[in-house]
Amino acid sequence: MIVVGELSLWIALLMATWCATVSFAGGLGRRADLIRSGERASYAASAFTLLAAIGLWKALLSRDFSLAYVASQISANMPNVYVFTAFWSGQAGSMLFWALILSLYSAIAVWSNRASNRELMPFVTGTLAAVLVFFLATTAFKANPYSRLDWLPIDGRGMNPQLQNPGMAIHPPNLYLGYVATAIPFAFAIAALVTRRLDAEWLAAVRRWSLLSWFFLTIGIVLGMWWAYVELGWGGYWAWDPVENASFLPWLTGTAFLHSIMIQEKRGMLRKWNVTLVVVTFLLSILGTFITRSGIIESVHSFAQSPVGSWFAAFLAVSIAVTAYLVATRLHDLETKAGLESMVSREAAFLYNNLLLVGIAFSVLWGTLFPILSEWVRGEKITVGPPFFNAVNIPLGLLLLGLTGVGPLIAWRKASLSNLRRQFLVPALSGVAFTALLLALGMRNGYALVSYMLAAFVAATIVQEFAKGVGARRSIHRESLPIAFVHLVARNRRRYGGYIVHAGIVMLFAAFAGLAFRKEFDVSLTASQAFEATDPYGRRWRFVSQGVSTAKTLNRLVTAVALEVQRDGKPVGFIKTEKRQYFDSQERPTFEPSTEVGIKTEARLDTYVVLAGVRDDSAELRITFNPLVIWVWIGGALMALGGIVVMWPQAERRRQSGYAAQLRPATQAEEAVPVG
Amino acid sequence: MKPRTKFLIGATLILMVAGYLMASSIRDTGVYYVTPTELAAKLEKDPSLRGVGIKMGARVVPGTIQRAAGGREYAFQVTDGARVVPVVYRGIAPDTFTDGVDVVVEGRMGQDGTFHATTLLAKCASRYENAPEKYRNTPGYKAATTPRA
Repeated sequence: MIVVGELSLWIALLMATWCATVSFAGGLGRRADLIRSGERASYAASAFTLLAAIGLWKALLSRDFSLAYVASQISANMPNVYVFTAFWSGQAGSMLFWALILSLYSAIAVWSNRASNRELMPFVTGTLAAVLVFFLATTAFKANPYSRLDWLPIDGRGMNPQLQNPGMAIHPPNLYLGYVATAIPFAFAIAALVTRRLDAEWLAAVRRWSLLSWFFLTIGIVLGMWWAYVELGWGGYWAWDPVENASFLPWLTGTAFLHSIMIQEKRGMLRKWNVTLVVVTFLLSILGTFITRSGIIESVHSFAQSPVGSWFAAFLAVSIAVTAYLVATRLHDLETKAGLESMVSREAAFLYNNLLLVGIAFSVLWGTLFPILSEWVRGEKITVGPPFFNAVNIPLGLLLLGLTGVGPLIAWRKASLSNLRRQFLVPALSGVAFTALLLALGMRNGYALVSYMLAAFVAATIVQEFAKGVGARRSIHRESLPIAFVHLVARNRRRYGGYIVHAGIVMLFAAFAGLAFRKEFDVSLTASQAFEATDPYGRRWRFVSQGVSTAKTLNRLVTAVALEVQRDGKPVGFIKTEKRQYFDSQERPTFEPSTEVGIKTEARLDTYVVLAGVRDDSAELRITFNPLVIWVWIGGALMALGGIVVMWPQAERRRQSGYAAQLRPATQAEEAVPVG
Repeated sequence: MKPRTKFLIGATLILMVAGYLMASSIRDTGVYYVTPTELAAKLEKDPSLRGVGIKMGARVVPGTIQRAAGGREYAFQVTDGARVVPVVYRGIAPDTFTDGVDVVVEGRMGQDGTFHATTLLAKCASRYENAPEKYRNTPGYKAATTPRA
């Protein structure tokens, strides 16, 4: 099976090359036989990539240490679940994983469009195959997971213990599913540009793929935050690390696209902008994969060392050149038919939303690449850290949060005064009232106050929308409250799913603002020694050390400290934190010791305890009060839920085949009803 | 005024503020990222750089890590192969901080020629891919298991 897998990798590469060649040739020469051949080659490439992947999984699970990749990623005594996830924990495997997802997505896109978008499809198939050729070729020639060692190790090196975490098992696949899904809209954009069919047709075809990409990126990013929080032990969940930023960038531009697509659907505006956003999102995904895999940002010299670096750079350059040429030669076809009619309109709100999202993306990209840019331009490597990202992105992010409340409620074209009063009076008053309450409670942090004012404003707009909708259903259909709520969402998924996503965003911002009040203490405790501290809410905490203990399990040696915790004099349980040293089946230590954070979660705050080390029976601990962290995970889950509601396919099918559609056949522009 | 013009004015304002924030925060919080050799060259040219925030990437010289008894103060030396710089650091060191690892220290060069670090990051050559150097030389861990591809 392993040999079959290795061979399949090369066959898949051949199939993808054939697919790209004949699909473009067939599309340009209008040869139906070539187009058909290309589609079959697409399925074949997908099947062989799958075989190549199965072969690698087989090699991992059978612990075949003659493969360099297997020997460098796992050890014999690791649990199977992490052996399985080792597929994407290293560079070679993750390249193959990218190719696997891309080939499967391509097959799905080709299959689901076998009877639709026929003018576009040859170029879509061809573009996807070309991207697949790049990933398969890079895997086969530069990062081959099947390359063998010239000797057979007794055991492999094992996996970094920080990666042996359930979050790490599902975070990368989600991120990759999101990254790779941006390739489909990109392929449709290329096809639309080549064929000059730049109307709503290609947009309708890519909307769901863009949503899918956004959905997986959202989950991937939030899981990454969760992993960093519980596993890395520095006390936070977002550090503006290059790898984090890399996943954030396509999310930002993808989110911008999901909003601007509505303006093109509804008003025919922003045609150039939308094509550009789709292309940029895809390129940022590639850049993200590259940054994650090459470590180009962190180390001065790794760019030259990373064998895939030059291939990625070349691929990015070719993609940019091709799309720039296509857009430049088709500017005339991309002319907008309508213009902005008023500053007080939904179009304007959405334009500012796009401007801010892309502005944030640009500043994040700039800050991430600044060490490289400054070295090129000035010969000095200058780095920027969280202060840079916070200084730029907190103000822009807060403006964006405000627009989250305004955008969905303001009228299209030109909002009247009565529209504004009807929609915004209650939410604006809610925001002011909430801020007054917080001031009265003693909150004095400026950014936090603005965040909570805007969060209350947006939350009120969302509640108001749901209340109106449910109220209308109850009076018209005489439904009970829960039924009315479910029907309201189900009948207008795109709109109310969007509101659910926005509610998640509000929670995230509220949680981010809570970080302004975090408190941190470094303490040394011997057995039965106590430490007392006051949390941001003014409650007294008392931590009593239960002493240091050690234990040995299957593949690790554990040093643990437990603290008995009291809040305002009442016992609230124990917090345990560990230091672990992993070893392989020969009991040789693998990697450095790692930290197991002790976290006690409440709705108001997390108490976060890290064992930094043990010295002369005294445990050195860092105790942190992290306010509102749980709302990051709840907000993230809510965003994912909203994404599922928006994507759920039934809504559109009903619109197309339902009674109303028979009475009045929907045009493509009407069929995709925008939020609101 | 046409709505388009108004929008563009608003957009320009936002972009100017964003640009100003970016430029000013790079000026105020951007730090040089240097190797010990580059740091020495810089200090020779401009002694006033002592006392300015700097980031230095280098490797810990094996056997030089000293930990103050009971405290959280570390003294160690780092090198890029050409120059050796003594460093003192107060705080909790990361798990991966041991002999021979690559570290990034952020802080100031003192008048005494010692680097006073306020943050200490330790990293593996490729973060999650390679085992620390020292295991490569143990039996069964030939460098051959470290394909950089």
